[in-house]
Amino acid sequence: MLHIEGWKRVVIWATCALGLLFALPNGFYRQVESYNDAQEAGHEPTGWPSFLPSGLVNLGLDLRGGAHLLGEVKLAEVYTTRLEGFWPEVRNVLRNERATIGAIRQQEGGAGELVVRIGNPEQMDRAIEVVQTLARPVASLTGGMTDDIVVTALGDNLIVTLSEAEKLATDDRTMAQSLEIIRRRVDEAGTREPTIQRQGNDRILIQVPGLGSAQELKDLIGVPALLTFQTVVGQTSNPNGAAGVGNELVPSANNEELYYILSRSPVVTGEELTDAQPSFDQNGRPAVNFRFNTSGARKFGQYTSDHIGDPFAIVLDNEVISAPVIESAITGGSGIITGSFDVAESTRLATLLRAGSLPASLEFLEERTVGPELGQDSIDAGKIACLVGFAAVLIFMFLSYGTFGLFANIALLINVVLMFGLLSMIGATLTLPGIAGIVLTIGMAVDANVLVFERIREELKTAKGPARAIELGYEKALSAIVDANITTFLTAAILFIMGAGPVKGFAVTLGLGIITSVFTAIFVTRTMVVIWFERRKPKTLEV
Amino acid sequence: MRLRLVKRQTAYDFFDKWKLWLGLSALLVVLSIASTVTQGLNFGIDFKGGTTIRAESSTPIDVAAYRQTIEPLALGDVSIAEVFDPSFREDQHVVQIRIQAQDGQEAVASDVVLQLETILRSIAPDIRFPSVESVGPKVSGELIKSAVLAVVIAIAVVLIYIWLRFEWQFALGAVGALVHDVILTIGIFSALQIKFDLAIIAALLTIVGYSLNDTVVVFDRVRENLRRYKKKDLSEVLNLSINETLSRTVMTSVTTLLALISLFVLGGDVIRGFVFAMIWGVVVGTYSSVFVASSTLLRLGVKRDWSKPSNTDGNQFANIDA
Repeated sequence: MLHIEGWKRVVIWATCALGLLFALPNGFYRQVESYNDAQEAGHEPTGWPSFLPSGLVNLGLDLRGGAHLLGEVKLAEVYTTRLEGFWPEVRNVLRNERATIGAIRQQEGGAGELVVRIGNPEQMDRAIEVVQTLARPVASLTGGMTDDIVVTALGDNLIVTLSEAEKLATDDRTMAQSLEIIRRRVDEAGTREPTIQRQGNDRILIQVPGLGSAQELKDLIGVPALLTFQTVVGQTSNPNGAAGVGNELVPSANNEELYYILSRSPVVTGEELTDAQPSFDQNGRPAVNFRFNTSGARKFGQYTSDHIGDPFAIVLDNEVISAPVIESAITGGSGIITGSFDVAESTRLATLLRAGSLPASLEFLEERTVGPELGQDSIDAGKIACLVGFAAVLIFMFLSYGTFGLFANIALLINVVLMFGLLSMIGATLTLPGIAGIVLTIGMAVDANVLVFERIREELKTAKGPARAIELGYEKALSAIVDANITTFLTAAILFIMGAGPVKGFAVTLGLGIITSVFTAIFVTRTMVVIWFERRKPKTLEV
Repeated sequence: MRLRLVKRQTAYDFFDKWKLWLGLSALLVVLSIASTVTQGLNFGIDFKGGTTIRAESSTPIDVAAYRQTIEPLALGDVSIAEVFDPSFREDQHVVQIRIQAQDGQEAVASDVVLQLETILRSIAPDIRFPSVESVGPKVSGELIKSAVLAVVIAIAVVLIYIWLRFEWQFALGAVGALVHDVILTIGIFSALQIKFDLAIIAALLTIVGYSLNDTVVVFDRVRENLRRYKKKDLSEVLNLSINETLSRTVMTSVTTLLALISLFVLGGDVIRGFVFAMIWGVVVGTYSSVFVASSTLLRLGVKRDWSKPSNTDGNQFANIDA
C-alpha cells in the first residue's frame, strides 16, 4: 500500500528545510556579502544573523566583471640562471686541474647549458670527472637518487646541463615561488577574492573580480621586478660595445642613447629588501624609499663607504633606472630610488619590491576583461529569463496534470531552492552558462515527474484502484528515471573534468540539478502525493 | 479538463516510413558534413585565437566607418558585427569586433588593443569597452583538442553505460542517434555561420545528455515490453513502446523548450548562440530518439530471451536499482 514511514518523511522535509536555509543568504546577496567582508576583515560583522549560514553562490567573472589572465611561466629561464650561478664553482675546480686540462674559457651556450672550452681536449675525461664531483644528489623520478647535473663533452667543449630530475624539482620550486609572489602582489593591490591557481605544468591562472582591465593586472604581475645594485664600470653610447669579461651592458631607462657597463655580480639585490614605500625626494619628485635587512644593510654600508665618489647603478629588470654618485657611506640600511617616475609608477614599484621578484618571466596566453555593467546586464537578463521560463513551465504542468501538476510545481520550486543551497554550500561559482544550466534544469527537472505521472496514467487503465496505480507508477518509472539521469550526469561529469572556466560552471549546475531533480521527483513529490492520498482517500483518480 | 498534447491512446506506426526518416536523417547528416567541410565553422577566439572587443556607444554605430578607421592599423582579418538585443536600452548600440591572432605573437597584444581603443574613441568619444577577450594560438589549439576529446569521451562513456544496462544493439542505436544529433548541430552552426566557441561545446554535450535521456526512456520501455510480449514482432514492440512513451517525450520536450525559449528571447545576446544550440539539440534529439535510435535498433535486431525480472518487494524506496 501507499505508505512512507514517519522518519523518512522527517528526513525528506528536513533536507528541504536545510536546502532552504543554505539557499537563504542568496536572497539577501548584498547584505550577506558585506557581512562576510566584515568578518574576513576582522570587524564585528553586522546586518546578518550570525546563527544563519552565510555561504553565497560566487558569481563568475562573466557575471561580476573582472579580469582573467592565463600566464605561462618560462621555466627554462631558471635553468640558465641556475647554471650561470654554478659557473664560479666549475671554474674553481677546473682551475685546480689547470696543469692537466689546460686553460679554460666560458663559451656562449644555448639556453639551459653551461659551456666551457677546455684548453687540452685530450684530458676531457679528467675535466668531466672533476666537474662531476660538484654534483649533488636529488631524488629521481623512479624514487632513487640521481645527480642534479649532467656533464657531457662536445668536441673540445665541456657542457653542463641540469638532469631531468633536477629540472622537475626546479620547476616545482619555480612554480611555487611564482604563485606565492603573484599572490602577494595581487593581495598588496588590495583586490578582493582573487583566484590564483596553478594549471598544468607551467601555467598560472589569475582571476581578479572587480578589476577594471586585464592590463592593470598585467602591469602588476607581468614584470619580474628584479632589482639589483651594481658597480658602474663605464658608460657608452654603443649598444653593441664590448663590456669586457665579467661585465654587462645595460641600457638606461631614461636615455635611449646611453648604455652603462656594469659589473655582472650585484652588490646587493632586491631579495634583501625588507620594505619599500612610495615617497618623494628632496625636490618633490616621486621616489621609492627602501630598507634593507641586516645582511643587505651591512653589504650596502660596506660598499658605499669603500666607494665614495663612484657612481653605482640601480637596475630594475635589466634597465638602469638611476645611477647616482655615492656621496657618503650609507650605513643606516635604508635609501631612496629616484628616477623619472610619476606617482602611480612609484607606488607600483614599491608594491612590486615589497612582494619580491618573480623567479622567471611570464608570458600571457589568454586574457579576458568583462566590465561590471555587462555582467550586471547578464544577471538581469538571466533572472528575467529564469522567472519567465519558470512561470511557463509551472503553468504548463498545472494545465497538464492538475493537482499532480501542482505537486510537481512545488517540487520544482524546492528543486531550485535545493540547487542554490547546494551551490552555496560547496561555494560553487555561477557563470553565464551556469544560469543556462539552471534554466535547462528547470525544464528537465519535471521530466522525472512526467515519467511517473504518465506511468500512473497508464497503470490507471489496468490497475486495481488508484493507490495501486500510484504505487506501480512510481515503481515502474524508476528504472527509466535512474538510467536517463545517470547518463546525463555522466556527460555533466565529463564536462566538469574536461571543461574550462565558464563551461565548468555549467557542468556544476547541470550535475547538481540532476541530483536535486531526482531527489525531488522520487522523494518530495511522492511524499506530497502520499500525504494528499491519505487525507483525501479518492475513489477515482485523474492525473 | 486537462491539457493534452498527445491523445490518450496513440497507435502511430513509426516504422512504415522508416526508409523516408532514415533517408532524411542521412541526407541532413551529409548536408551538415558537406557544409562543415566546404564553408567551415565560424570559430570564435576560443578555438582560433585572436581578440574580441565588445564596444558600446550611445550614438548609432556605422560599421563601415568603424571598418575604415580600423583598416590603417593593418591587423589582418577583422570582423565587425553589430549586435541587437531586445533588452538593450534606446541609446545602447553595441558592436562586436574580432581581430585575428597577430603573427608571431603568442600572447595577447595589449598594444594592439590599446591602439584600437584609442582610434575608436576618435570617432565615438563616448565609446566604452565592456569586454575585451584575447586568446593566444597555443591555448586555442589546446582548447580544440580538449573539446573534441570531451565530446568523444562523452559518447564513449554513454556507449559503455548503455551497453552494460541494456544490450549492445541498444548502445549502438543510442550512439547512432547521438552522433546524428552532434553532426546536425555542428552542421547548422556551419550553415548559418553562427559563432562556434567553447560554450557551444558545452551545449553539444548537453545535447548528448538530453538526446540520450530521451532515447534511454524509450529503450527502457522497449526492454520492459520485450519481456512482457515475448511473441510480438520487434517492430510491433518498438512501435508500442514509442507510442506509450510518446506523451512523456512530448511533455518533457515542451517544458524544456519553454524554459530554453524564454532564455533565448530574454537571456541577452551573450548566450544566445549557446541557447540556440540547445534548442536545436532538443528538437533534433527528440526526433532522433524516436526515429534514428529505434530504427537502428530495429535494423540490428535484438535478442529476445530476457530473463524474467525478479519481483521487487519491500518498501517504496527500495527499488532504486530497478
